[in-house]
Amino acid sequence: MLMTNRRFLRLITLVLAGTLVISLLGCTPSHPMSTFDTVGPVARSQAILFYVIFWVGLVVFIAVEAAIIYAAVRYRRRKDQGDPEQIHGNNKLEIAWTIVPVIILAIVAIPTIITIFDNANSPKTPEEGGLLVEAIGHQWWFEFRYPESGVVTANELHIPVGEVVNLNLASIDVIHSFWIPKIAGKVDMIPGVGNTIWIQADEPGEFYGQCAEFCGVAHANMRFKVIAKPKAQFEQWLQDQAVAALESSDPLVIEGYDIFMSRRVLCFRCHTIDGPGIARGTIGPNLTHFASRDTFIGSIMDNTQENLLRWLTDPGDVKEGNIMARDAEVYNGTLPSLTESQISALAAYLRSLK
Amino acid sequence: MTTKVFSIPRPIHPTGLWGWITTIDHKRIGLLYGVTAFILFIIGGIEALLMRVQLTRSELDIISPEVYNQLFTMHGTTMIFLVIMPMGAAFFNYVIPLQIGARDVAFPRLNAFSYWTFLAGALMLNLSWFLGGAPNAGWFGYAPLTGETVNPATGIDFWIISLQILGVASLAAAFNFIVTIINMRAPGMSLMRMPLFTWMTLVTAILLVLAFPVITVALIELFFDRSYGTNFFVVAKGANPILWQHLFWVFGHPEVYILILPAMGIVSEILPTFSKKPLFGYPAVVLAGVIIAFMGWMVWSHHMFTVGLGPIPNTVFAITTMAIAVPTGIKIFNWLGTIWQGSIDLRTPMLFALGFISLFTMGGVSGVMHAIAPSDAQQQDTYFVVAHFHYVLFSGALMALMGGIYYWFPKFTGRMYNETLGKTHFWMMFVAQNITFFPMHFTGMDGMPRRIYTYASGMGWDFWNEVSTAGAFLLAISFVIFIFNIVKSWRNGDQASGDPWDARTLEWSISSPPPEFNFVEIPTVRERDDWWDRKRQHSEEIVPAGEIPVDEEHSIHLPQPSYWPIVVSIGLLTLGYGAIYSIPVGVMGAVIGTIGVYAWSFEPVNEPY
Repeated sequence: MLMTNRRFLRLITLVLAGTLVISLLGCTPSHPMSTFDTVGPVARSQAILFYVIFWVGLVVFIAVEAAIIYAAVRYRRRKDQGDPEQIHGNNKLEIAWTIVPVIILAIVAIPTIITIFDNANSPKTPEEGGLLVEAIGHQWWFEFRYPESGVVTANELHIPVGEVVNLNLASIDVIHSFWIPKIAGKVDMIPGVGNTIWIQADEPGEFYGQCAEFCGVAHANMRFKVIAKPKAQFEQWLQDQAVAALESSDPLVIEGYDIFMSRRVLCFRCHTIDGPGIARGTIGPNLTHFASRDTFIGSIMDNTQENLLRWLTDPGDVKEGNIMARDAEVYNGTLPSLTESQISALAAYLRSLK
Repeated sequence: MTTKVFSIPRPIHPTGLWGWITTIDHKRIGLLYGVTAFILFIIGGIEALLMRVQLTRSELDIISPEVYNQLFTMHGTTMIFLVIMPMGAAFFNYVIPLQIGARDVAFPRLNAFSYWTFLAGALMLNLSWFLGGAPNAGWFGYAPLTGETVNPATGIDFWIISLQILGVASLAAAFNFIVTIINMRAPGMSLMRMPLFTWMTLVTAILLVLAFPVITVALIELFFDRSYGTNFFVVAKGANPILWQHLFWVFGHPEVYILILPAMGIVSEILPTFSKKPLFGYPAVVLAGVIIAFMGWMVWSHHMFTVGLGPIPNTVFAITTMAIAVPTGIKIFNWLGTIWQGSIDLRTPMLFALGFISLFTMGGVSGVMHAIAPSDAQQQDTYFVVAHFHYVLFSGALMALMGGIYYWFPKFTGRMYNETLGKTHFWMMFVAQNITFFPMHFTGMDGMPRRIYTYASGMGWDFWNEVSTAGAFLLAISFVIFIFNIVKSWRNGDQASGDPWDARTLEWSISSPPPEFNFVEIPTVRERDDWWDRKRQHSEEIVPAGEIPVDEEHSIHLPQPSYWPIVVSIGLLTLGYGAIYSIPVGVMGAVIGTIGVYAWSFEPVNEPY
């Protein structure tokens, strides 16, 4: 009996050790949206708290599992065994396992509360001269506005490295959630209700974000990228974005421009392109510097010629449920579809908007 | 008697299909609940498998996003309202009157009405698949995604109406069980002598009565927004959509305890029986259940840590949520105390009960992690949360319910299940659910959001999603074994004695299956585990079942079958359908329902037989 018990316990130890190894494998921090591989103070504080409660929880978990396994092995019914002693309880023990968890949780609560307040209060608010960006959720893409410079962009949030960035979060339709796992946990973007979050990236790079509140058909395809770069580069980027793109004299581009602004195709109704022309729509993304972006369509695709042609040919196929496919007359069948030459002209125009 | 308008006599001794339609026997209703809920469990499970197939790898294109959204909405709504709740109700129905020494529930016809209304709600919800698409805004239905402008399809209307119908069923059942437990206990069974399962049923029923009105009001407001142009949740007209979230979670969090408390009750029955020891710290376990139910009302905003309520509300709800871990811990430790130094028999129900404790603890620990508001901001709406609540509701509630099925199977059917198949089911389910749900902790912490029908490659999520999908199919196979075992054993399992487990509570003092009238003579209760006490201390009093003469002199008064509960439920179903599609049909439903209630009230009583 004793031998089998010991063998059993050895097996259990092996299983537990295996689980631990798998856990560590599972949490390798190299993945692009890992919450462990943090690059900013907000995400770091959240990860630290996770580790605190993780180790506390692990100890409790192992203790409970060990007790179950031990009891199941040690107190397994033997043949011809009579009734065990009918124990109804033990006050001291029961008080102990009520008080001890209270104390442990009270201790965990202290860093929790400190972090709640730290993360709620920006270390450098816009009033104190911190950078302010407005992030607006749309079905199904993110709009970013830099109110000081008037720059408006989509799906790519450029920020200076090592600086506090304050974001005002809003939504124009349903609830979305703003989340960059490596930089900060999520805060919801709620229509009619403002929210704020502050973020900071401590190293340059591109970090993935994604809408985290279910927001309809294309929820899975509502992503964005944070591009953190040194302050000087960021300022340069801001200056470039603040003026209209250079006009091109390529005839194909001009043809594309004419299609974009034409009353037959009506792109201008929903999109803004600063510069000449009448494109001042606000329903779709601002395309003033479309060609300067690495990704498009809610950041689900690389901004390449091929992808752009695919998108302009059949947007509903690329991203199911999207509003351009539903509402634009050239796509929903109200007006004749775009011809192949019209599409390549449009693509040429859009790709000229550097 | 002169006021009698209808004079349709009650059905007398009906058999076959009519017997089931007109039954008011709590045991038959319990079986109806159980079988129906299990069929719905298969439907909800198929929905889950379809989602798992779509998520096996990145960028798969098997299920369209619209259908995927319908699948997860229906999976959640089905598993919560149509599977775990009614499975709990199945046990309430079958077991409670037997445990408290009663012949039936307090309101037998209302009990039948609860079942038929639950069935009506289940039909209504699933009808939506064929009538313009299922609801697609999640089981939580956040405004304004459920609003008419963004979501004009009828799926949401079906969701609203079927939840309302299910609410009626749940409320009727809850009132019934509160009255039954308070008023119909056998003489001598004081509150602190009640079996734990009865206690947890009472607490659950009280929670139901308090929680459902909240969601009812929210759903009425939403329905009015969609149908009659009110502006409760219409942001363009100045509404604040967070109102919905408060209403939903003020209901939704107690709902979580509505799902788990019956499971805890079942486990608290199984552990003492198979350890041959009384429940350790009975008063503490009872009190912990009551405290959990009470505190369940103070934690709803932990579902809303990312809404931006501000640091002070987040602090308050973080603390209350951590605090609720304490009574939960008390339960777990007392269960361990129960098996400690016991005489443990590892039969299938016991395996499920121990499996429940071990995996529910995992869900409890990840639950405390969610209480830490700042780190929850990373976990909220990710697969980490999906892992958490599947550990609590699948590995927790459902495992306990499965254990309950095996535990009371001999009592329900009079036959023994196959032990080998039962254990195979347990081990396969135990392993498979960990393969399915444990990797979700990893994908969640790796940044995979919930409710996405696809994800980009290169995120590092592919491998663990493949593992999850494989686990889900293994889980499905384990349930094939379960079904095979149940069907085969129900038909020709070994005959079960009245008390095959040497158990402790009153339901084991009568034959299996119990006679229609349950107890020939209502027992008098002296102790907490009265049946155990009688067996050990007063065995001379026990008269073997079958040797008690049931003669004219005993003249057992039993409630009689009735046509009207199902008629009222059909009226409700028609009314609900009409509310979505046409007012005349709705009026027709109201008329049918009214006639049913009227006839119900004036139903004659047959002469005693």
